[in-house]
Amino acid sequence: MAKSLFQKVWDAHSVRKLANGQTQLLIGTHLIHEVTSPQAFGMLRDLGLKVAFPHRTFATVDHIIPTNELVEPYADSLAQAMMDEIRKNCAEFGVTFFDRASGKQGIVHIVGPEQGITQPGTTIACGDSHTSTHGAFGAIAFGIGTSQVRDVLATQTMALGALKVRRIEVNGKLRPGVYAKDVILHIIRLTGVNGGTGFAYEYAGSTFDAFTMEERMTVCNMSIEGGARVGYVNPDETTFAYLKGRPYSPKGAEWDTAVERWKSYASDKGAHYDDVMIIDAADIAPSVTWGINPGQGISITENIPSPETATSADDKAGIIEALEYMKLPAGKPIKGTKINVAFLGSCTNGRLSDFQEVAKYIQGRKVAPGIKAIAVPGSQIVALQCEKLGLDKILVEAGFEWRAAGCSMCLAMNPDKLIGDQLCASSSNRNFKGRQGSTTGRTILMSPVMVAAAAVTGEVSDAREVFHVANN
Amino acid sequence: MALAKITSVTGRAVNVPGNDIDTDRIIPARFMKCVTFDGLGEFLFYDVRKDTTTGENTNHPLNDSRFNGATILLSGANFGCGSSREHAPQAIAKYGFKAVIAENFAEIFFGNSTTLGMPCVTAAREDIAKIAAAVEADPRTEVTIDLEKLEARFAGQSVKIEQRESARDALINGRWDAIGELIDGLPDVKTTAAKLPYMAA
Repeated sequence: MAKSLFQKVWDAHSVRKLANGQTQLLIGTHLIHEVTSPQAFGMLRDLGLKVAFPHRTFATVDHIIPTNELVEPYADSLAQAMMDEIRKNCAEFGVTFFDRASGKQGIVHIVGPEQGITQPGTTIACGDSHTSTHGAFGAIAFGIGTSQVRDVLATQTMALGALKVRRIEVNGKLRPGVYAKDVILHIIRLTGVNGGTGFAYEYAGSTFDAFTMEERMTVCNMSIEGGARVGYVNPDETTFAYLKGRPYSPKGAEWDTAVERWKSYASDKGAHYDDVMIIDAADIAPSVTWGINPGQGISITENIPSPETATSADDKAGIIEALEYMKLPAGKPIKGTKINVAFLGSCTNGRLSDFQEVAKYIQGRKVAPGIKAIAVPGSQIVALQCEKLGLDKILVEAGFEWRAAGCSMCLAMNPDKLIGDQLCASSSNRNFKGRQGSTTGRTILMSPVMVAAAAVTGEVSDAREVFHVANN
Repeated sequence: MALAKITSVTGRAVNVPGNDIDTDRIIPARFMKCVTFDGLGEFLFYDVRKDTTTGENTNHPLNDSRFNGATILLSGANFGCGSSREHAPQAIAKYGFKAVIAENFAEIFFGNSTTLGMPCVTAAREDIAKIAAAVEADPRTEVTIDLEKLEARFAGQSVKIEQRESARDALINGRWDAIGELIDGLPDVKTTAAKLPYMAA
C-alpha cells in the first residue's frame, strides 16, 4: 500500500500500543536545551533513572545565553544558574553538550542540521515547539513538554497518538523579493493559527523541490504557528548534498547505504493524505504581520484590516484586540509604519543564506537614524561562515550590531529585549503580546530582507522598492 | 507508580475569555529562567494581570477576589497555542487549577496538561457561556466536570463536554503519566531500535 513519509517513519519507530490506545514511539534523536530540560533531569533523579540512550541525546544552550557577553559568570545570575545546570546534567548523564567552548553552540534547531545529526527517516524530539524545523530533512520532529523530555531521556520513547497528514503543495517560481518566510506566513494566513491542529504537514510541489535546505527549514520551522505539530519535506538530492560530509553524517560505504535507506522513506506516489492544499507560488507576496499572532498577516501592499471588514464576530474581536495592542490604524497601509528596532536572527531566519541575502542588498546602505538594529547568527558556525565572507563587516558598516549566537530577541529570555512599546521588524516566528520582552512591545514578522528594508528606511517597507529588486 | 484515577473535578470556576490565548500570555518567558517548576503559579498571566506603567492589578478575572480559590478555568478557542513550554500548564496547575474547559486546545498544551493529570475538556461556546454566566451570577457556584458521563454540571444545569478518548482513558484509569508504562516497554524499545541503523552506538 502506498504510504506517506509520515506513515513510514511512524511505523518504523512504533514500539507498541499503550493501554489508552496511544503508541509508544521511539524517538531516535533527542535534542535538549537549558530551559526545558533541568526539571526533566530533576525528575529523572527523583525516580532514580538514567538516560536510556545517551549517545542519541545532544544538548546545547540557546534561549538564555547573552549575545553580547561572552565571559562567565553572566551578569544575570539566573542565566548563569541555568548554564551551570545543563553543564552538570550533561556531564552526570553522559550527554554530548555543544557548549560555547566547543565552537558548535547555537540555536538547537540550527545545530542539529549543521552537525548532520538531523537525518531523513528519523524521529526527533526537543522541548521546543520549533522542533518541526528538522522536518526539512524528511524527519518527523516533535516539540514536546518537559514531562515528555523526561520520558524520552528515560526511555527514548514517548506516548503519542497518530496525526493526520495534510499535503501542502506550492508550485511554481516565487516572484523576486519573495522568500521562504513569505511562503509560510502565506500558508498560516490561509489556515489560521489553529488550522493545522491534529495534522502533520507534508510540504511539496515544485517550489519546495527547488528550495535549498535552509529555505525548507524556514518553512518547516513555523509549522507550529499554524497549529501543526510536525512539518516535513520529502528527502531528495538537495537533502543528501547538504548532509554529505557533516560531522554526524554516515561516512564511506555507510553513506551510500544510508542514502538508499533515506530515499525509501519518501512518500509513495498515490499515498493517502487526509487533506490537500494547493498554492500557486505566484500568488505569494512579501508578507508582514499586523496583529498579535502569526496568522494575522497581509502582503506588504495591502491595508491593515479593519473591524468592519471582519468575516465573523470572532474575527472582529480579534482585529479589535490586535489593533489596540499594536496601535495600528485600521484600513490604512501597513507600509510606512514607523519601526524602532530591526532584528535579524532566530531559528527561523538565522542561517548563512539569510545573512548573505541581507548583505547583498544592504551593502553600501545605512540603517536609518535612531533605529536599533541587531544581527544575531543562529550558531557559532553560522557566525564563522558569515565572518569568513565578511558579511559581519557589511552589516556592521550598515549600522547593525553583530552579536554572538543565540535565540536573542526572538523570545526575551536574555538581555535582548524591546523597551516600552517599541515596534520591531523581526525575522523571528512569533508576534504574541509581550513576546520580545516588553509587555507592550510590538512585533511585525517578515523575511530578513524585509527587515533590512525596514532598518534602512526606518519604517515597514517593500524591500523590492527599497532595494530595486527587479520584478520580472 | 500508582496514579490517582481522575474521573471528575469539582470546584468553583473563573472565566478568562478570549481566543488564541498563547503560552507566552499564560507564562511570560522571563519567568522560565528557573530550574524547577515551583513558584510558577504566582506568575500565571502575569503581564495581563499587572498594569505595566503603574504596576497595579488590572481588571483581569484572576484579580477579582470573588473568584479566589477557583479550580476550574474557562476560556475560548485554541487555548494554549504557541510554545511547547510545560511551564504554561505547570503555572496553571501551581496556581491551583485542577481542570480547564475551553472550546478547543492547542495540541502540545493539551498533551502537556494531560500528563500532569489536569484534564482539558472542550465544550461548545454557548455552553461555556452558560457556565460563565452562572459563575458570574454567583461565584460560589460549584462546577463538576464528569469525565465518565462527559458532562459539566453547575447550578442545576448540565452541558455536554468532550475529551479525546486516549486522554480520557488515561485520566479515568489512572495512567495519565505514561512514564511507568513506557519503562515497562523498554525491552521492546531495544528491539525496535536494533532495526534502525542510526540508533547504533
